[in-house]
Amino acid sequence: MSWFALDTWIVIIGALAAVACALLGNFLVLRKMSMMGDAISHAVLPGLAIAFLVTGARASVAMFIGGAVVGLLTAVFTQWISRFGKVDEGASMGIVFTSLFALGLLLIVQAADQVDLDPSCVLYGAIELTPLDVVWRPQVFGVVWEVPRAAIILAAVTLVNLAFVVGFFKELRIVSFDPELADTMGIHSNRMHYLLMALVAVTTVAAFEAVGSIIVIAMLIVPGATAHLLTDRLWLMIVLSGIFAAAAALLGHLSALTVPGWFGFADTSTSGMIAVMAGLFFLVVLFAAPKHGVLVKQRRFRSSSAS
Amino acid sequence: MPEIADIWNVLFLRDYNTRLVVISTLLLGCASGLMGGFLLLRKRSLMGDTLSHATLPGVGLAFMLAVALGGDGKSLPFLLAGAGLTGVLGCAAVLFIRNNSRIKDDTAMGIVLSVFFGAGVAILGMIQTMPEGSAAGLESFIYGKTASMVMVDFQILMAVTLSVLVCSLLLFKEFRLLCFDESFAAALGWPVKRLDVLLLGLVAAVTVAGLQSVGLILIIAFLITPAAAARFWTQRLDRMLLLSGLIGGASGWFGASLSALFPRLPAGAVIVLVATVGFLVSMFLGTERGVLLRWLLQARLQARVGSQHLLRALYEILEADALEGPLRIRPVPFRQIRGRRTWTDAELRKSIRGAYQHGFVEALERDEAIVLTERGLAEAAQVTRNHRLWEMYLIEYADVATSRVDRDADRVEHILGEQMVARLESKLQTYRSAGSLVPQSPHPIRPGD
Repeated sequence: MSWFALDTWIVIIGALAAVACALLGNFLVLRKMSMMGDAISHAVLPGLAIAFLVTGARASVAMFIGGAVVGLLTAVFTQWISRFGKVDEGASMGIVFTSLFALGLLLIVQAADQVDLDPSCVLYGAIELTPLDVVWRPQVFGVVWEVPRAAIILAAVTLVNLAFVVGFFKELRIVSFDPELADTMGIHSNRMHYLLMALVAVTTVAAFEAVGSIIVIAMLIVPGATAHLLTDRLWLMIVLSGIFAAAAALLGHLSALTVPGWFGFADTSTSGMIAVMAGLFFLVVLFAAPKHGVLVKQRRFRSSSAS
Repeated sequence: MPEIADIWNVLFLRDYNTRLVVISTLLLGCASGLMGGFLLLRKRSLMGDTLSHATLPGVGLAFMLAVALGGDGKSLPFLLAGAGLTGVLGCAAVLFIRNNSRIKDDTAMGIVLSVFFGAGVAILGMIQTMPEGSAAGLESFIYGKTASMVMVDFQILMAVTLSVLVCSLLLFKEFRLLCFDESFAAALGWPVKRLDVLLLGLVAAVTVAGLQSVGLILIIAFLITPAAAARFWTQRLDRMLLLSGLIGGASGWFGASLSALFPRLPAGAVIVLVATVGFLVSMFLGTERGVLLRWLLQARLQARVGSQHLLRALYEILEADALEGPLRIRPVPFRQIRGRRTWTDAELRKSIRGAYQHGFVEALERDEAIVLTERGLAEAAQVTRNHRLWEMYLIEYADVATSRVDRDADRVEHILGEQMVARLESKLQTYRSAGSLVPQSPHPIRPGD
């Protein structure tokens, strides 16, 4: 295995995307809306298609806005259907995102002559190629840093999410654990919900444009869930989820380079391996967690039934 | 625009290719509509989503194994078996996480979905570097190819649909209890976990069969939308499942026909959107839980409650006039009624209009005063009597403090049926005051101004 500056950038970009998602993901896990990331990442397709049809180019800004707007609409429609129709939240989410995805597919096929937009490229992304798109070359300590565009965008998104989580920590905590108490305390739980959803939509679009939706879906859920098994304190859970996310990015890229070699293959998709790494962390914690782990629970169960 | 003859040919399956596609999607719609009903009631609608993503590593591994054994990597039964295996494994993982940790259903589904899909992407990434076999088309395995289905797809779908149908008929009673009261089923000694796995196995069969013929998004939608639509029309499980299967089948048939008639309409997407339209129509017009129906019932209830409040207010004003002897009807000024309750002018006028239409009151002096009719007085007496009976019941049997009883009575009395009132009445016989059907109020009445 050989390591280049390129690989360092891939890890940095992957870690930024992972941390940005994991920060918000904690609240999705706590509020039982884990599938929102999956729903939004499918549902943005018509937003991207319309932005493409209107501007006629794969202009990043328009597609970004289109994706983020439709992502937010997914959250709005889901809430409407589950509130007015009294439909289970999961089901209404499923109805909304499959319909929006189908609509996007229809738009793309209808305009097949002008559009060169492959739905599957939206889903897979190409983190391996992101370091090639260099937009900024600052000189620090005599060394020229070739900063890719994706790193700048994702760093900005991560900072915004961090500011949101730190700034609204108190509100988010109450809204996540007791929305009714939040309402009586004058915190608009609905407004917080939509603010969170807007950030999830923006993060999703920004991240999967760079690294593919699989990292987004995995990082919105898995690090938060892993941290949730380890602690009952919200701030610790957020910190831990960030650490798991960044570690998954590093180990994911490392294993994408090395693991296929064991079976005689060259290398494989970094996005996929980052998700797998996060899954491995979760598996270990699921069994070995000190308080909520399966092993501890079994031992406790056995000792209590023995006595 | 297509000719009428074309439309006729497609809708009634004259053409061999469209016949295959339309019948296959219809079958799939029926089977997944049926399974979706169970999933919806178990609040696991997104299980299809998880399952279909979890098939990807199985497809990759099956391909690798087949090539390693020296066969053709793309033999359909092999790929399907691999897909089914990791799909079921994914479901089992969801159940394990949910049953053994504090992680909830939705998060467990999300974890399995993303990690399995990530593993699948990584495995496909390795396969792409294999010299032996081209992996092209493996990804499209999970994106489907609705319009170009062949006889094998049809046969697979047919087999799956039939087995799903037979299983859910044989185990209908068991599945029903599992959906509505899992812990009761466990208490009866039923193998709840095994039934749960069997149900998910059936869902997996439908998903895998559907995936390679119609694709990921369509199968996810098929497992959710028809069932959610059917839920608006009925409360009974058997009818709901039947309806859900019908809606799924109809969207498959109609959507596939549309896609065959017009150029550039991908069948999968059109079928999803047809099902969504079906859902929206059901959501608004549904005769059991539809939005319009609920709005209508609510508006009617509000009108009834408003009219009852008006009549009781009038009765109590007249009652205060006549301390001795029978009540005498007189015009009551609008202001005086307005002071009886915390209601706005608009609410009060609406109630007066409603009562006027029923012939309970007459308006005098351009709405500035109203007077009860004979019929209105009888109705007002009845309403007031019910209210007081109910108040008394709350004080005697439900231990509600006297100061709160008026408000609590207000909240519940309008919902009580005739029978309940009669039963309360018989329980409270002793409270009747002499010479009148209307008992005295059990608490002091705030005088109106």
